[in-house]
Amino acid sequence: AAGMFLRLLSDVQWRAAHPKWRRMTSSQRRTSTTAEPPPLSLPAQAQVVICGGGIMGTSVAYHLSKMGWKDIVLLEQGRLAAGTTRFCAGIVSTARPVSIELKMAHYSNKLYQQLEQETGVQTGYMKTGSISLAQTQDRLISLKRIASSLNVMGIPCEIISPKKALQLHPLINIHDLVGAMYVPEDALVSSANVSLALATAASRNGVQIHERTTVSHVTIQKGRVTGVETDRGRIQCEYFVNCAGQWAYELGHSGEEPVHIPLHACEHFYLLTHPLQEPLSSSLPTVIDPDGRIYIRNWQGGILSGGFEKNPKPLFTEGRNQLEIQNLQEDWDHFGPLLSALLRRMPGVEALQIMQLVNCPESFTPDMRCIMGESPTAQGYFVLAGMNSAGISYGGGAGKYLAEWIVNGYPSENVWPLDLKRFGTLQSSRTFLRHRVMEVMPLMYDLKVPRWDFQTGRQLRTSPLYDRLDAQGARWMEKHGFERVKYFVPPGNDLLDLDHSKTFYKPDWFDIVGSEVKCCKEAVSVIDMSSFTKFEISSTGDQALESLQYLFSNDLDVPVGHVVHTGMLNEKGGYENDCSIARLSKRSFFMISPTDQQVHCWAWLKNRLPDDSNLVLEDVTWKYTALNLIGPRAVDVLSELSYAPMTAEHFPSLFCKEMSVGYANGIRVMSITHTGEPGFVLYIPIEYALHVYNEVMNMGQKYGIRNAGYYALRSLRIEKFFAFWGQDLDAFTTPMECGREFQVKLDKGMEFLGQEVLLEQKQNGVYKRFTMFILEDHDTDMDLWPWWGEPIFRNGRYVGKTTSSAYSYTLERHVCLGFVHHFDEKTGEELVVTTDFINQGEYEIDIAGQRFQAKAKLYPFSSLFTQRRRKDEVELSGYQRE
Amino acid sequence: FYLTPPQVNSILKANEYSFKVPEFDGKNVSSVLGFDSNQLPANAPIEDRRSAATCLQTRGMLLGVFDGHAGCACAQAVSERLFYYIAVSLLPHETLLEIENAVESGRALLPILQWHKHPNDYFSKEASKLYFNSLRTYWQELIDLNSGETTDVREALINAFKRLDNDISLEAQVGDPNSFLNYLVLRVAFSGSTACVAHVDGVDLHVANTGDSRAMLGVQEEDGSWSAVNLSYDHNAQNEHEVERVKMEHPKSEEKSLVKQDRLLGLLMPFRAFGDVKFKWSIELQKRVVESGPDQLNDNEYTKFIPPNYHTPPYLTAEPEVIHHKLRPQDKFLVLATDGLWETMHRQDVARIVGEYLTGVHHQQPIAVGGYKVTLGQMHGLLTERRAKISSVFEDQNAATHLIRHAVGNNEFGTVDHERLSKMLSLPEELARMYRDDITIIVVQFNSHVIGAY
Repeated sequence: AAGMFLRLLSDVQWRAAHPKWRRMTSSQRRTSTTAEPPPLSLPAQAQVVICGGGIMGTSVAYHLSKMGWKDIVLLEQGRLAAGTTRFCAGIVSTARPVSIELKMAHYSNKLYQQLEQETGVQTGYMKTGSISLAQTQDRLISLKRIASSLNVMGIPCEIISPKKALQLHPLINIHDLVGAMYVPEDALVSSANVSLALATAASRNGVQIHERTTVSHVTIQKGRVTGVETDRGRIQCEYFVNCAGQWAYELGHSGEEPVHIPLHACEHFYLLTHPLQEPLSSSLPTVIDPDGRIYIRNWQGGILSGGFEKNPKPLFTEGRNQLEIQNLQEDWDHFGPLLSALLRRMPGVEALQIMQLVNCPESFTPDMRCIMGESPTAQGYFVLAGMNSAGISYGGGAGKYLAEWIVNGYPSENVWPLDLKRFGTLQSSRTFLRHRVMEVMPLMYDLKVPRWDFQTGRQLRTSPLYDRLDAQGARWMEKHGFERVKYFVPPGNDLLDLDHSKTFYKPDWFDIVGSEVKCCKEAVSVIDMSSFTKFEISSTGDQALESLQYLFSNDLDVPVGHVVHTGMLNEKGGYENDCSIARLSKRSFFMISPTDQQVHCWAWLKNRLPDDSNLVLEDVTWKYTALNLIGPRAVDVLSELSYAPMTAEHFPSLFCKEMSVGYANGIRVMSITHTGEPGFVLYIPIEYALHVYNEVMNMGQKYGIRNAGYYALRSLRIEKFFAFWGQDLDAFTTPMECGREFQVKLDKGMEFLGQEVLLEQKQNGVYKRFTMFILEDHDTDMDLWPWWGEPIFRNGRYVGKTTSSAYSYTLERHVCLGFVHHFDEKTGEELVVTTDFINQGEYEIDIAGQRFQAKAKLYPFSSLFTQRRRKDEVELSGYQRE
Repeated sequence: FYLTPPQVNSILKANEYSFKVPEFDGKNVSSVLGFDSNQLPANAPIEDRRSAATCLQTRGMLLGVFDGHAGCACAQAVSERLFYYIAVSLLPHETLLEIENAVESGRALLPILQWHKHPNDYFSKEASKLYFNSLRTYWQELIDLNSGETTDVREALINAFKRLDNDISLEAQVGDPNSFLNYLVLRVAFSGSTACVAHVDGVDLHVANTGDSRAMLGVQEEDGSWSAVNLSYDHNAQNEHEVERVKMEHPKSEEKSLVKQDRLLGLLMPFRAFGDVKFKWSIELQKRVVESGPDQLNDNEYTKFIPPNYHTPPYLTAEPEVIHHKLRPQDKFLVLATDGLWETMHRQDVARIVGEYLTGVHHQQPIAVGGYKVTLGQMHGLLTERRAKISSVFEDQNAATHLIRHAVGNNEFGTVDHERLSKMLSLPEELARMYRDDITIIVVQFNSHVIGAY
């Protein structure tokens, strides 16, 4: 049965296509019609070597060659498209919650659609559409959210009734459904043949393809890829692309300098049946029943159905072993619950005869998003892997972005959510990965609600105060392996358990965070912010300043003791990082960036700082515990603890000074809070952390001090219109586009990265504008809460998406932040966004298909800055009258 | 009508017994971790017996299963007596002397065996004096014969088997003034029993077998899979060597009549057995004993019946075949079982089921669709049943019970089918024997760490 199945999926086209690239690569080998033509010798060098002949490798090769690169070699240890790609269920589904993934899938769909015409290789492409079913109202909400984002991208998509679903697919049992989502342009393909078609096109464009060639390791010298060692010899190369799928981790670790690619394989099962008595039409839509954890597609007149079970079976934890992919066992007992779900959804298929239960390992990543991009430690080492079982949906788009990345230095879209550099070595432990993917795989079909945290692989990086805070009721979230407090549950106050707390509506912590915010506004709160990335840059001479002046947009040549908010921009003026830099001395700087910047920012600086032994970059993240004292009484607490006046005259805002707090000396105190509220951040050498915390809490008692968490911080910063990198800001956003011209010093007397673009934007205007929206007719208790990614409508027309949102306890309204574009009504062309354009529109935010009126603002309410409290109260009431 | 799962369980567990070798200082120094045993009757009363004991004056542990026929008297006697004969055969001269002196002077006797018995495993009180006297005679002879050589386990086993069978025969010929005892010894001698006995001492495993019960070693291969190694030969018509042996021991003229319908003299399934004096004594002796015996014996058609073509007795022996095996770390367990088990299950399946049970890997045999025509609905039903079964697997605390559950309840997919199990167990007494035989199982678990350290 296995043999037959393999023949069916990767059918005759494979053989038809096969001679083509043999001929392309060597004209002398025409006669080689025998099963095993002698292998061609490998070239001694190539510009790019791609390892892996699955959908990812062939897609990268295809797109690189399309972009004009010719000197490319693709190596495959077995046969092309013979790994996970061959076993892939072949469903091209665009319904993805993450915007960049949605774009990739959309592109893939369009690419596959024309691939057969382009290459002459049959891909089995069939536009069947897909129906995602909702058994619960919450599921329907999540579908509606996806539908909204599909619609604004111009992808047809409809929320339909169960009855309509039945009309589209006569076998579905609809009795337990509350609704469904229909995406008519979703498609089915033979993934192996798509891969072969891509390979055929690539090889026509000059890509050399070598099968049965195993890469043993990649050689890296001075932080650059120099070549590839294979079982058939060495190839020198400038670029290496690791598309080794589930073996990508191992391959990354095979060289002397490991490249950490955090992914782990799990067994994935689907069954194939013989055709129905009256064979199913090949145009019947694919059914996705996430509440039943299954998908069902038509297959050769019968069905193909698999799913993502609650109890996945991870494998290859200790690396590749004797188990060949082909020898994996069918495990019916394991598949049992999914089979029950299938028969519940389609009782009519009960009499269908089973052909096979396919066990096909898929690789999963720690955050359910795929991995692409360049290694932070080895330039020219690119990765595209960890598709979380959506390889065929992402293949085309992912290959395109990676090819652009290699050729242009950056892809055409913001791929930070997928960037390899979002991970560090800390996510590379096999134990961590094994445990995490066991959580990730069921999540594929779990309800995805806002503010969800992974439960496995936790308590890895913690602040020295962890136990203290935990004992005081801290509830934790994790960022880059670091435990951070969400909020503190007061004693005697119980929250819902994890499963029941999942909601798209008002969460159960609403009042708790509200009181933390109130404390920040009226008294003083402490937030442990130790997770933030902290670097020190110092030099013997002026090298540090000179380098930083070039790499950062603001002027860093400030007096010692000053703190500068600045972007770290790329050539296009986009934010690679957004940070606060304190000048500790003439020649040394202390840099604070978001937690997940640890790897990315390090690589960015390392690759751009001059190779000078007198210029030292050091990651001191682990050396300091950061306590953020937020609130009007922070001044009082700190001055009492340090016997130093901390008022604005003595310690102005954006100031940094080493001082003693309690018994501890050498505490770096900065007058910033990341929220716009008054206060300080204390950078405390970790051994003093507990002491300083205790002192602060004791002293603060009379000022009403209490602990607070990140949710309070979020609410505060969003109502103040503070953009956060990674959430609102990305490599495609310039300071000009988010109202931060004041953080750019265009005339600082020397050139800096991105300067040209910024100058140009200053002159000609920007094409998108960061805007703050206050929801008007939104009922916090009754309506769905905004999250991020909600479409923004201006005068009824789509103009952009939100990037973050929070409830403002001060305004008693929801605040959304997002970007407004100006699309020409006729051509759709992007036009300059002016202040007038923003101000003169009527806005609506679409939350899961329901539109709420919103007030747009380009500047924060000055009323919210407490320093000028009295005057603000007038302004606030003025706002309420508007 | 069906038995509910709890009813099924109470039947299956009625006779289960487990013994764990006690640990000293948190360490188990014995090569045996313990054993599980159980039996399921088909005959009423059951004709199988089982025994287990630790030798106290020598090292080692004895375990045995006994399959009786023509009644349970012989199997009962053998199960009570054989281990004493073996233990005595193994004792060094000094210990024998010490014991004899103690008996002579009426002092307390050194204990020879520590029995590990289920409450249902009884010993005959009435016969104990008689049995003891026979045993004492045996050790007195051993003392007299003192060869000065260390006792070889193989020889000891063979001698013990033969001696006990001889004593059974003699006791029946001599009779006993007590009429109850007189009848008992006759019933013992006229009924029969096979015996399959294991002696484990460190890494030395000896299996002595007489008849068609079987000993099987469960071996875990490097890849984790299980295989079976036979540690006994069946003494029946299927064993060519046995047929040869029997034919060699009798004149050529009898060749045709010796084995008929796969039975000895067309009557007896096992080719070796205890008791069964009808296949051992001369016709004259049989007639004399029966005629002088009690009326019950005289009225019994079976005892009076002389096997056809009975020319050159004895046709039957109790002498065992002994196989010695040096235990290896991969030898995880030993299964001793009467033919009731082996008739229904292949030893390979036994090895797998017990192996997976003991290692806690409750992998049922994976279902493979393979060449079968299975619909989604059928598969679903099968999986639902298997899930229910898994919970019943975990109910079993005893490997032998687990094995019986499989032996009786297995369907064609190799999984326990509750319906089938329930039917088999609710058969009326008179029908049960037609569908299944008595099953007696002992599963001995070895301590690989200790074995590996040898």
